[in-house]
Amino acid sequence: MKRPTTFDVLQERGISRRDFLGFCALAATWMGLGPQGGAAIAHALETKPRIPVLWLHGLECTCCSESFLRSSHPQASDIVTSLVSLDYDDTIMAAAGDQAEAIVEEIIRDYRGSYILAVEGNIPLANDGMACIVGGRPFKHQFDDAARHAKAIIAWGTCASSGCVQAAKPNPTQATPVHKLIKNVPVINVPGCPPIAEVMTGVIAYILTYDRLPELDNQLRPKMFYSQRVHDKCYRRAHFDAGQFVERWDDEGARQGWCLYKMGCRGPTTYNACASMGWNDGVSFPIKSGHGCIGCSEEGFWDRGPFYERLPDMQQWGIESNADKVALAGAAALGAAIAVQSAATVVKRVVTGKAYDKDSDDSPTS
Amino acid sequence: MSKITTPNGFTLDNSGRRVAVDPVTRIEGHLRIEVNVDGGNVIRNAVSAGTMWRGLENILQGRDPRDAWAFVQRICGVCTGVHALASVRSVEDALSLPIPDNANLIRNIMHLTLFVHDHLVHFYHLHALDWVDVVSALSASPKATSELAQSISRWPSSSPGYFADVQAKIKRMVSSGQLGPFRNGYWGHPAYKLPAEANLMAVAHYIEALNFQREIVKIQAVFGGKNPHPMWLVGGSPSPINVHGAGGVGAINVERLALVADVAQRTHDFVSQVYIPDLLAIASYYKDWFKLGDGLASKNLMSYGEFPSKANDQSNASLRLPRGVILGGDLSRIHEVDLKDPSQIQEFVPHSWYKYGDEKAGLHPWDGRTDLDFRLGPKTKQSGDKIEALDEEAKYSYVKAPRWKGHAMEVGPLARLVIAYANGDRRIKELVDGALKKLDLPLPALFSTLGRTAARGLETQWAAEQLIGEIGQLVANIKAGNSATANTDKWEPKTWPDTARGAGYCEAPRGALGHWIDIRQGRIANYQCVVPTTWNASPRDGAGAIGAYEASLLGVPMANPSKPLEILRVIHSFDPCLACATHVVGEDGEELTRVQIL
Repeated sequence: MKRPTTFDVLQERGISRRDFLGFCALAATWMGLGPQGGAAIAHALETKPRIPVLWLHGLECTCCSESFLRSSHPQASDIVTSLVSLDYDDTIMAAAGDQAEAIVEEIIRDYRGSYILAVEGNIPLANDGMACIVGGRPFKHQFDDAARHAKAIIAWGTCASSGCVQAAKPNPTQATPVHKLIKNVPVINVPGCPPIAEVMTGVIAYILTYDRLPELDNQLRPKMFYSQRVHDKCYRRAHFDAGQFVERWDDEGARQGWCLYKMGCRGPTTYNACASMGWNDGVSFPIKSGHGCIGCSEEGFWDRGPFYERLPDMQQWGIESNADKVALAGAAALGAAIAVQSAATVVKRVVTGKAYDKDSDDSPTS
Repeated sequence: MSKITTPNGFTLDNSGRRVAVDPVTRIEGHLRIEVNVDGGNVIRNAVSAGTMWRGLENILQGRDPRDAWAFVQRICGVCTGVHALASVRSVEDALSLPIPDNANLIRNIMHLTLFVHDHLVHFYHLHALDWVDVVSALSASPKATSELAQSISRWPSSSPGYFADVQAKIKRMVSSGQLGPFRNGYWGHPAYKLPAEANLMAVAHYIEALNFQREIVKIQAVFGGKNPHPMWLVGGSPSPINVHGAGGVGAINVERLALVADVAQRTHDFVSQVYIPDLLAIASYYKDWFKLGDGLASKNLMSYGEFPSKANDQSNASLRLPRGVILGGDLSRIHEVDLKDPSQIQEFVPHSWYKYGDEKAGLHPWDGRTDLDFRLGPKTKQSGDKIEALDEEAKYSYVKAPRWKGHAMEVGPLARLVIAYANGDRRIKELVDGALKKLDLPLPALFSTLGRTAARGLETQWAAEQLIGEIGQLVANIKAGNSATANTDKWEPKTWPDTARGAGYCEAPRGALGHWIDIRQGRIANYQCVVPTTWNASPRDGAGAIGAYEASLLGVPMANPSKPLEILRVIHSFDPCLACATHVVGEDGEELTRVQIL
């Protein structure tokens, strides 16, 4: 049986061969492939089968799968039925038991080095890995088998990227994120609890469309989605700058949509796209619904509570007193507000203790 | 063991062929089911094992009680919000903190939204493939499918062209050999009974429901900022209301309420014009499954009650779905349930991978301990790193065995509906009697695999109606000048007593959920959850009584034990959530026991 290729799929979606070849030639020009490049790309798209995806579940809560299914563009149903071949995902797959486990073996055998491994949740190492048993074996063994021969690994959510809730102190199961167990296979971290649906499908669409892995920062996150703080793009930022803060739940400031910094908002230390892209087809994001950001895409965020205390690490930089002064002085204290902003930008480094990423465009002086 | 009778009246015989299903897919979390079948391939023994454990309650020790909702919400991302709701209620109960009317309404709206979403996704994406043969849909006539669809519903997407397009899409997947999520399915299995046209209609609605479900949760995004895992608040709702004044664009305003009302109406239409007609059509071809998979359903059912119509009133006069227990199948009497009575809800661990000082003891959650004790029994069968068969005479699951006054209970939509029915709820009676009449079935048919599935669908219809009603009530409240959403009187921990204990109830889509919190000096001293799947997936207790999953599998015939479609049907009818069931751990953070594989 012939497997439909990307071209077959495009054709059935109403793309003519002429348009298809035009696209390939253009793509070749962008990539600097020369006059023969267009034909090479067309040949590849016409003959390559859809890329198989194995989506494994370790210690997790399935919020990543649920978020993925919420994607509106591309639609999750299109990704699953047309763009990739989601051959193993125990949340939605028809097969169970032996029939399910056989798929992992078949994909490793038939697509060695050319399938994508997506991992939701993390890998418990305590008790010989027996805190998560799949197919009668420790999840660690299933993960190792599938990871070894993958083309690339997508670590969905904060669980797979950095540990998340079960890795919060004292991490009873020694839950361990994907990248700490992997050498020699590229890992893409897509953090968030869960990640935004369109960020998840966007990462897959990027790989398929541009036939390359996205550019990553020093925490292996796609730069296009994770290089700016929620605070940088927050529509309430003007209230922060003007010193207009919610002081108590449901107070007049809350009803006016003022800044939630004093209610513990983690927007100033959280690198994510919530404030730009929004959630659930752009309907809202936590701050827009009146609750501060809890920083769910940041490594170790569970251990930086209580969530309703304003960022404790900011005090040493004079943020808290500045914010109060700003509040007293009102919008006139523009100079102080600017000082607050630049101090807030370096907080992230203080909190994580990470070295500075020279390639990142979010430098503290920008 | 060869043949025994359990204290709750079931006969178990493990002498026949042993079959393991691991992983049970299309559920949340990790579950293993083993059965023994007799010479006629009828299930005579069943073993339900939760195979994951995360230890969240231990992680909560010493944290701020106001943060607890965010931690426990991460117990489950499928029934997202239920643990957050139980958590904020437990803290409010401990602090005697009443919430404003609007906060109660907003919580009801959030929770009803989850009910509808969760049930719809369960039916189409977790359960339907147990009844619907995707490959058979390829031989359907699109024209006949259109006629079938139009004969049962006025849903507009029903033309022959529409079904032909869906068929072409499926054909492309199947002919490619790359079936994606349909790979290695049980297509052609003799237990599939639907005609090709019904299969095609159901596959079309599988895809349609996949695209529609993301609309439903926009309601949660409005009030909670995102879904999955929206934001909650001890003392109320984080989303303030401002429909009249300046700055209303940053609050719940007329545009947000219009969005919510529009989504609720479209959700109601999808449920009543797609989900319910599909459910009844599919069920009509599988009437034998209204006799299989009873288990505890015709005996012991429990609900904590849900959807208070009056804020801060948890009495049955206020709850729209009543609290109560039905014992021994006696629908004429509803027993009272008290989450705080130490003699009512207790958990046992003789067959669970935890240890108590006294292995026979049952502990109320306020005194709960769950120190890990992972040991496989001496009769466990293994090859290499793989467990082939568990030893159910020893410890065999990460799920504990909860009991109400010593009884194993079934919880979930069926329990809620039967208790409401027995309590005389008019709308529930109408829905249940109407569906039974259409299917020409008697009331006891509910106590079965498809009875559970039907109850879930009827509850979805009920919840979609309630959702529209609650949104109307919220608008009426605002119109009457009430816009308060949070009570901050006890926000600061310095206003709290030195010690306080609380219990938070919730009916999750999957059943009765309780959280118990012990607060000392403003911090969490102990936190315990007893969740729906702990009840349903319960292993044996010390006396040998079996839980709902195990009981429901007994007597179910299998066409081919190597292709466990029938086991999936029974277990999926409960909608398992194992990340919920198996997160528990003790309060003292003792060093974990080393694993012993014997």
